[in-house]
Formats: sequence, C-alpha cells, structure tokens
Amino acid sequence: MRAALKLENDLHLNRRSFLRVSTAAAGGLLISLYLDLPATAQEGNQAPPPKVYPPDAFVHIKPDGKILITVNRLEFGQGVQTSLPMILADEMDADWSQVVAELAPAADVYKDPFFGIQMVGGSGSIAHSFQQYRELGAKTRTMLVAAAADRWHVTADQCRTEKSVVYGPGNQSARYAELANDAVRKPVPEKARLKNPSEFRLIGKRVPRLDSRAKCDGSQKFGLDLDLPGMKVAVVAHPPVFGGRVKSLDDKDARRLPGVRDVFEIPLVKGSGVAIVADKFWIAKQARDRLKVDWDLSGIEHADSSQLWTTYRELARTPGNVAVARGDDKAIDGIPAARRMVAEYEFPYLAHTPMEPLNTTVRFDGDRAEAWVPSQFQTMDQMAIAQVLGLKPEQVTFHTEFAGGGFGRRAVIDSHVQREAAVIAKRLRGTPVKLVWTREDDVRGGYYRPMHAHRVEIGIGADGMPAAWRHVIVGQSLVAGTPFAVMLIKNGVDQTTVEGTSDTSYNIPNFHVSAHNPTVNVPVLWWRSVGHTHNAFVMETLIDELATRARIDPIAYRRKLLKPEAKKLRAALDLVDEKSVAWRNNLPKGHAAGISCHESFDTAVACAVDVSIENKHPKIHRATVAVHCGLAVNPLTIESQFQGGVGFGITQLTGAITFKDGRVEQRNFDGYTPPYIVDAPVTVDVHIVPSTEAPTGCGEPPVPVISPAVVNALAKLTGKWYRTLPLVTI
Amino acid sequence: MATFQLNVNGQSKQVNVDPSTPLLWVLREELKMTGTKYGCGISACGACTVHVDGIATRSCVVPVSLIGDRAIVTIEGIGQDPIGRAVQEAWIEKDVVQCGYCQSGQIMSAVALLKAKAKPTDTNIEESMGGNLCRCATYVRIREAIKSAAGQI
Repeated sequence: MRAALKLENDLHLNRRSFLRVSTAAAGGLLISLYLDLPATAQEGNQAPPPKVYPPDAFVHIKPDGKILITVNRLEFGQGVQTSLPMILADEMDADWSQVVAELAPAADVYKDPFFGIQMVGGSGSIAHSFQQYRELGAKTRTMLVAAAADRWHVTADQCRTEKSVVYGPGNQSARYAELANDAVRKPVPEKARLKNPSEFRLIGKRVPRLDSRAKCDGSQKFGLDLDLPGMKVAVVAHPPVFGGRVKSLDDKDARRLPGVRDVFEIPLVKGSGVAIVADKFWIAKQARDRLKVDWDLSGIEHADSSQLWTTYRELARTPGNVAVARGDDKAIDGIPAARRMVAEYEFPYLAHTPMEPLNTTVRFDGDRAEAWVPSQFQTMDQMAIAQVLGLKPEQVTFHTEFAGGGFGRRAVIDSHVQREAAVIAKRLRGTPVKLVWTREDDVRGGYYRPMHAHRVEIGIGADGMPAAWRHVIVGQSLVAGTPFAVMLIKNGVDQTTVEGTSDTSYNIPNFHVSAHNPTVNVPVLWWRSVGHTHNAFVMETLIDELATRARIDPIAYRRKLLKPEAKKLRAALDLVDEKSVAWRNNLPKGHAAGISCHESFDTAVACAVDVSIENKHPKIHRATVAVHCGLAVNPLTIESQFQGGVGFGITQLTGAITFKDGRVEQRNFDGYTPPYIVDAPVTVDVHIVPSTEAPTGCGEPPVPVISPAVVNALAKLTGKWYRTLPLVTI
Repeated sequence: MATFQLNVNGQSKQVNVDPSTPLLWVLREELKMTGTKYGCGISACGACTVHVDGIATRSCVVPVSLIGDRAIVTIEGIGQDPIGRAVQEAWIEKDVVQCGYCQSGQIMSAVALLKAKAKPTDTNIEESMGGNLCRCATYVRIREAIKSAAGQI
C-alpha cells in the first residue's frame, strides 16, 4: 500500500500541510507539556491559573515523575505502544522506568505524518513517526533544560540530562517533574538537536514491552471488554448473501427472551440486516438464533468459487491492463519451446480472523457522541460514525481501544462495523451500545484477502536465467470505487494487486505484467502484507523452480538475478545464508531446506526453512530469518514481529474461504483453519542487518517469505511444485 | 433464570442467569472478570480456557448449570498458584505477548500442562497447547516460556 501511496504528489501536499499546521500551532499542538499542578500551587493566589492545553498532547509530565507518552497509533500486537515512547523518551532523556504509554484518541494532531489520516497500515508506524517522536522528545528536553538554566542562571549548553533529571555545571540538579511547570512557559523551539546514534540509550536496545504484565494477568482491557454503566449489547443478523435484504421478519420468539430490549431492521453498507439489543451478549446471541428472517436475495450476484475459478483462469489467459512493460513483450515468442514454461497459480479468499472479534461501542447524546473502537483507521471510523449520527467528526469523542489483533481487518474503508454500531446507538439515544460480531459473523462477513489467479509464461535464456517474463494477475481491486482509488489505481491496475511482482527486485530484461480487476459480490480488504502475500509466493517459487532447472544453488541463483540496486535484499540474503549454512548442510534424512527472499514496505527479508513431512503435512522444524529494516529501533520487538509474522504467513498454506451459491462455506475455526502451534515453526531465529539508515516497518514484511520457502523445501522432498493454495495434498 | 453459587478463585459468587449460559459469559458479564476471552464460542481457539477442578476447560461451551461446586480458577486468580505465578513471570521474561488477547488462555493451558508434566517435551507442548490459537503466532516464544517456567518450578 505504501509503495504506491508515496508516489502521490497530493499526499506529499498533505504532509506539507500537516507540518505547516503543526508549526503554526507550535505553542501547544504538536508538542505540549501539560501537567497536574500540585494542590498547593492551585490553591495559592500567586500561582497563575494552570494553562489549558489541548488534550492532544504527546507528553505529560506528572508531579510524581511519571511521564505519560501518547501513542498516535493503535496497539494490536506490533509493539508501537512500547517502541514509539522509546524514541521520544530517548531524545528526552526520560527515565524509562517512569514512562507510561497511552493510546491517542482520534484527533488531527495524531494523524500519520505521511498518510494524512490517523491509521495503522503499510508498516508505517515507526517508518513515519520515527522523526516525529525524536523531535518531540528533543524539543521537550530543550524546554526542560531552558527552564533549569533560567533557574540556575546558567546557559543551556552548560546543562546535561539523564533519567528525567537536568544537571547544572555546579552541583545543581532538578527533576523534570519540578521543572515542568516552568518549562511549559518556554517557547517550543523551532529546532532541537537530535542525538547521534552513539548517544542513544533506548533506541537500538532490546526493551521489553510495556504491556506484558497486564496481558499476562487478565487486567488488560480490550475493546470487547468495555463495560459502561447502563450499557447494552447488540448483535446483528446479516443476510446469507452479501447485499441481501430483509423481506420479512418474525421476531416473536426472540423478543420473548428476558433481557431482550429491541429488535429492528437496520441498513447495512449493502442490503439490510436485523439488530438485536439485549442486556447481555449471551441473551442477544440466543435471541438472534430464534429470529426467523426471510431474506430477499434477488438481483444480487451469488458468488461461487468454482465458477469464479473458471472465469479467473480464462481471464488469466488474456492480457490485462498493463502494470509494467519492460523490454520486448514479444521476446518470449522467439525462445525455443524447450526453454519455455507456463505456470498457473490459484489463491483462495482468506479471512483475517483476529483473535478479538470485531466490536464497537457507541453512545449517542443528540448533539454529540462517544465511541470506543479498537480501530486501525480512527479518522475514517470517526467520520463514518459522525455521518450516520448527523454530527461533525469532532462531535464524536473517539477512544482508541487496545485490539486483539487486526492484520488489516480493523482498517476498513467503509467502516461497516462502526456504521452498524452507530445506526443502533442512534435508535437507543443516550444508551451506550456495544456491537459484537461473533466469530461466525467474522468468518462469514466478507472483507477478505481476495482470491487470485496468476498465469506466468517464462522464456529461459541459455544461461538458465529468465530472459522473458509475461505475467497476468487476476483479482478484485481493494480500492475501486473508494477515495483510495485515485491514489492506488494506475492505468486501470490496482497497484495492490501487482505489488511484489511489478516492482520485483530481480533483473528480468523482458518483463511484462498485466492485471485484471474483476468485480465480484464479495467485499475484499488488505490482509497483512496486502498484495505481497500471493505475489511473493509466485515469484519466489518460480525463481526456485528456475534455479532447480538450471541446477544452480537457490541462493546463488538469487544473488545472480538480483538487481544491483537491491542492496537491502542482497544484504538480507547474505545474512540468512551465513546464519543458516551450518544447519542447511547438516539436515537429517527426510528434511529439506527451502529459501525465499522478498522486499516489501521498504524492508528486505530472507528466509531459510528446515521442513520434513509428518502426517502428510509440512513440519517446519526451523526458520532462519534475516531482515534489513534500517535502524532497528527495538530489536526485541522486531524479533517478535518476525517470529510471529512468519507464523501468520503460514495461514496461506492452511486456510481458505470458499463460496457456494453466494454463501461462505466456512463458519468458524472448525472450517477456516489458521495455523496452530503444530503448524508453526518450532524455532525462528531472527538476524538483523546492522544499519543506521532510516527505520522501515516490520509488521507486514515477515509475512510473504514463509510460504514460498516452505513450498520450495517440499518440492525438494516430493519433486512437485505447489501452485494451488491452501496445501490440501502434498 | 436460576441462581447458581460458584467457587471462583477461591471466592464464593452468586449469579442469577439462564442455566444454559456458558461459564465464559457468566465470568465476563455477570462477574465482570474479563480476563477470560471470547474467541470462537465453539471450543476451537482456547482463548476462554479456565481451570475447573484443575482441568483446563473451554468455558465457552460449558453451561453454568454443569459447574456445581467445582473450583473455578481464571487468569485473574492463577497468580496465587506457584506454578501459575511461575508461568506468568516466564511469559513476561520471554516477552511472549503481542496483541495479548489469547494469552490468558495460553497461560491457563500451560499451567495445566506443567501441573501434569513438570518437564514437558516439544511433543507434550504441541499436544497440550495444540488447541490454543494465536493469530499473532507467538508460538515460538510460548514454547520458550513453558520450558523456562519448567526450569523454575
């Protein structure tokens, strides 16, 4: 997503305007210190009235020395609730043991400096806010030092700072908490000196997560755990086919259940559904089971996987809209048949299924509203709620709740869950209503990674390297018909369909990529690493197949084929080679090593896996992963993201959402099966290429590499190339 | 509706609910103990795991009417148990959690495993933890933390 976005001039404009706004409001918007004045100061007549600061501050120094740092992102596992405060605290020289992190509500000041909306996506949290949080920390420190220097009648450069204390040239010292009251009266500096990397105390260190303990003793509250006075719980009966409408409703049995408060039809983004509001979730769910709804399913497409595959396969045999045309697209026709190959791939729909089911709580008070949302897309979700309620976005107080995973599922352009919640809350004016999507709603509710077909024709040169490549990709657009289309659709091609192929790091002289973006009545959505899931699989399995045909070692083959400018990927490949060579050369009988490498979201990753076959399934004994992500802000978090991200990537091998007559054939984790512990690698060792380049993201880049690496290993064991996912038979 | 007297984390609790209500929703909505999580409702993900008389149990499919006087232990109470405490500390020491939503269930399953097998093998771990889904796939660190806790006990 990001690669395409950043090409856009209008987003650069957004970025500039953000910076301008920030500068203009520098007195308290971008960087605000605000503090709880001690009671004595508040009571004393001489003390000036406490300055009112906007609530959207980033740093809050409390009298007890605690330093609250606001995180302008959702925390849903990726660890930014620890790593963004680390960046700020390091430049500020804050005492890390006193730092408390808080998730920001929806507000302009918390918008992603690059995207111009408040969101988590495109692996941008650290990449886009590294500089921002450094500057915030450095400016805060500068103001604290200025306050101390004034107090001691010395100059700022005679002072130094460490662990929330300013030290003067004599024996003076003052805690930040003592200085905060004076510091807030200092002008926010235009510029503040940033540390040299050698001065970092936190950045680059393996800093444990701040949220560990609360997540191990049950005290961490997620969106679904919200409990407000007088709160009701709602569930919605959705039509069995997307876009269906309620024809008639018999809710007599449902209403008989004690605790059921209301049953009513609601509009959905497409079609309509039935909302049930009850005192408790379990009552609402039971009531839904008792509803008798006759659905009008006429006039809407009933998606069917087997028919879609037929259509997609045919489409893949015809050129689509051109994404890349490099060299001669007819070159392939001049290559002898013996050195040509055709490969066809199929990838099913995939659900995200974050562990915490989708939910949103809204209370509507007529002229304002309050919302509690585990949201990756605060700006969009706040706007949607406001629109439904006839309010302005700023009239909706929007709390970002901790989320139990997301993987893209909580960044939905049409905000359909929030719209449902707002419609229900509107009817129950004054009452907070928590809308809960059950797991069944989630598995059957759409917004999937789209299904894709790929067809690749390759002409191989006499040297065994690909000389000509003609590649057609078929899959729904993620953004057609949305405000994102203008940024992401170019020449009729949704860039998220082709990313990972069109921008390949391999040097293929005659390279032609085209795409079809058919319209299907199934809502689709970005799924962690977006187009790179299927594109990396196709590219990395084909490169391995070509290496095998050429009888060249797969790492050597990749090195030979990588573009000279693919420096990060080459470094990652070299590192994975070095770190895995010992075990790759010493594999037990029945095991094979598989290799892959891929760059996405400006982060380069290489992977080696040790695989055998157990009970007709791949057993992944080990994965060695090397990553080049620029400066590693928190190597511990990066290690976790890569260990977990490769595990998440295995979903491609195990899961599928399929349709028959418009209906989803799976309903829960009994039919849709993400990887469990037995499916994931037993160990994952992660190695980071040392770098002082600007940091790049680590949320999505781990995902694409694992599945092709596993399949490349399987191919060595069975002699088969696996081009249809999930892996049903080996 | 019926009244049930429950023994939760060593304390007696009274609730008045429909007898079919799963223990999970009694804990979460009646007793306001939200550390036990809803993930699937069909005992396929393990997020709702609690101990019932020491046995790891998926609370999403057990009606409250079947509990009787059996002792229920949840994530909120497991730290009072020495093995429970050791597992929680190992989880923190190994920085296991990511989103954290499944971890209550993971910890409850791990404690039950360590009570049955003091030094579990990888196969034991895969068997006992095999039904606990983690979409962040923290599985590698879960293994490490279980082994670390086993070494502490």
